[in-house]
Amino acid sequence: MSTSCCGGHGDHDKPPVEHAGPPTAEEINRRKFLALLSIVPGAVATVAIGVPVAGFIAGPLFVPQKPEWISVGPVSQFKVGETVQVNYRDPSPLPWAGVTANSAAYLRRLSETEFVAFAVNCSHLGCPVRWLPSAELFMCPCHGGVYYKDGSVAAGPPPHALSKYEIRIEDGQVQLQTREIPIG
Amino acid sequence: MIKKAILGVLQWLEDRTGLWALIGPSLTHLAPRDAKWWYVFGSATLLCFIIQVVTGVALMFSYVPSAGEAYQSLRYITEVAPLGRLMRGMHYFGASAMVLLVGVHMGQVFLHGSYKFPREMNWVSGMVLLVFTLGMGFTGQLLRWDSNAVWSIVVGAEQAGRSPVIGTWLAHFIMAGDNIGGATLGRFFALHVFILPALVFAGIGLHLLLVMRHGIAEMPKAGQVVEKETYRQEYHDRLEKTGVPFWQLAWRDSVFSMIITLVIVALAWHFGPPTVDVPPDPSILDTSPAPDFYLLWYFAVLALANSNMEDYIILGAPLLIGIMLFVIPFLSPTGERHPSRRPWAVLALAAAFLFVGAFWVAGIQMNWTPNFHWKPLTEKVIGATEGPVYRGAQVFQAKSCIACHLIEDDGGKKGPDLSYVGDRLTYDQMVIRINTGGINMPAFAGNMTSSQLTDLVAFLQSRKRDWAVKETEKKGAEVIGTH
Repeated sequence: MSTSCCGGHGDHDKPPVEHAGPPTAEEINRRKFLALLSIVPGAVATVAIGVPVAGFIAGPLFVPQKPEWISVGPVSQFKVGETVQVNYRDPSPLPWAGVTANSAAYLRRLSETEFVAFAVNCSHLGCPVRWLPSAELFMCPCHGGVYYKDGSVAAGPPPHALSKYEIRIEDGQVQLQTREIPIG
Repeated sequence: MIKKAILGVLQWLEDRTGLWALIGPSLTHLAPRDAKWWYVFGSATLLCFIIQVVTGVALMFSYVPSAGEAYQSLRYITEVAPLGRLMRGMHYFGASAMVLLVGVHMGQVFLHGSYKFPREMNWVSGMVLLVFTLGMGFTGQLLRWDSNAVWSIVVGAEQAGRSPVIGTWLAHFIMAGDNIGGATLGRFFALHVFILPALVFAGIGLHLLLVMRHGIAEMPKAGQVVEKETYRQEYHDRLEKTGVPFWQLAWRDSVFSMIITLVIVALAWHFGPPTVDVPPDPSILDTSPAPDFYLLWYFAVLALANSNMEDYIILGAPLLIGIMLFVIPFLSPTGERHPSRRPWAVLALAAAFLFVGAFWVAGIQMNWTPNFHWKPLTEKVIGATEGPVYRGAQVFQAKSCIACHLIEDDGGKKGPDLSYVGDRLTYDQMVIRINTGGINMPAFAGNMTSSQLTDLVAFLQSRKRDWAVKETEKKGAEVIGTH
């Protein structure tokens, strides 16, 4: 490719005509200063734009969801010894979240007064485990992780048991405390 | 007269803009005479990218990047909008063709040693484009915003969550919070529609600039060795003698690109885009997330990773593959280019294709997942309508053994095929295995009554090859009687 045409560049290395001879120390300092004067304002502007932009994009990290208690049904609805899927909605979703604000958990009634709730996410890579009622096992469709009915690992790649939710009973309602998707 | 006037206008335009001086050399520069059909894959990849930009912009006229509405807008595009199905289909098959052609282009450049001096950065910029292309593919699947997309993001976040120190932070950054929600889609939308395409444009610009700077590599000739001191001069001299202007060779690129375009349109017309079926509702748990076919092989690599090594493989494999590809031109910048003089390189290329191919097949079969959609065992397969064998078959299904074990083409393939397990294991061995389980099998002690266990083992003992069936039915009955 030829760069000989179309002028406009190529003279910047030559010393200015009026100062024949080698540049003086003063001139060199002046050039260094001018070069710095071109770079520094650009850097300042980049930081002035970049920091707020990075902060905005990372914004969701700085507004952690507060755990809230949510009713998933009256105590009488659940039979002792049974595990069922309960669905709930993010209590404070973004207005446009639609169905993405829905979540599910597995609720098991241990006795008249005791409940336990498991996250649906496999501890391996987060896929939704399925409850197989007749086998009394949770099984993961992704890589075949299996859990016993108490959430402990039965087989496959999961590194630890299913995560649990906090549970309480208020006014005859079973309530679970919302939580983040368990990571790691 | 008119001709002269037009020429005058063009000359004026060129004088004031200099556009031809800028673009002209890309058409007129000398190219090696033997740059023929082997050289069409790069331009076809570029064509695919252009198709992606055009169809992508068109889809943006109707797509709504809102967590609550993207799904509906996709359904609308696919089912209602005129030519919407075709548009999505072209975007899908365009993406598939782009990934495949990138692979073929890479393979050709490697096979012919075209990455060697002075074209190292052509290769490196190509690798960067490969990463961007795969990123485009993955983020594009997520914009389909169905159940598969939502759970793919969860899996992606969990994988990122394995990173040391910043893992949880990364995972929450990916999901835009500590859960999937209204903010999640926007990130992948911005990535897929603005950030990655801008990077691809810049990458292609650099890639083409380098092709112009170093010239198109000739077909390799055995014995023609690349040496840093002499290559540039020799290449230049050869081109001066035998080279032809690039535009005289470009018809092959045009023909091949046209064929690829027509294939993409035809596939899109015939097959349409991937269906958008289950909505992106995280409370719908009946799902098994998997990527589109062109990323299935990598999905399989992760799925089949040894569990002890898993953290290292999830985080290390992409890094390792990336580093390996990046260093190729620096490991062998000079020397022979012809494949016949580079047996190890050819072997490595074959191994790479075999590796990807094998994992691709594994990814399509997905035998590592349990099968939840098994059909009830038939009377013919069970071989009984009552008694312990029949009852055992019911236990086999009720306890979901069948989700992982095959009985004559029915069931899962995660565990061993049990069609003829009666030939392999004794009664006692079966009882022990069922009670205690294994690495990939739950222990069923405490999950079964002793009569269920006895029935189940009776069923499994009856799983024998035909020639032995009659013989053992008698014995089986006796054995069961004694326990």
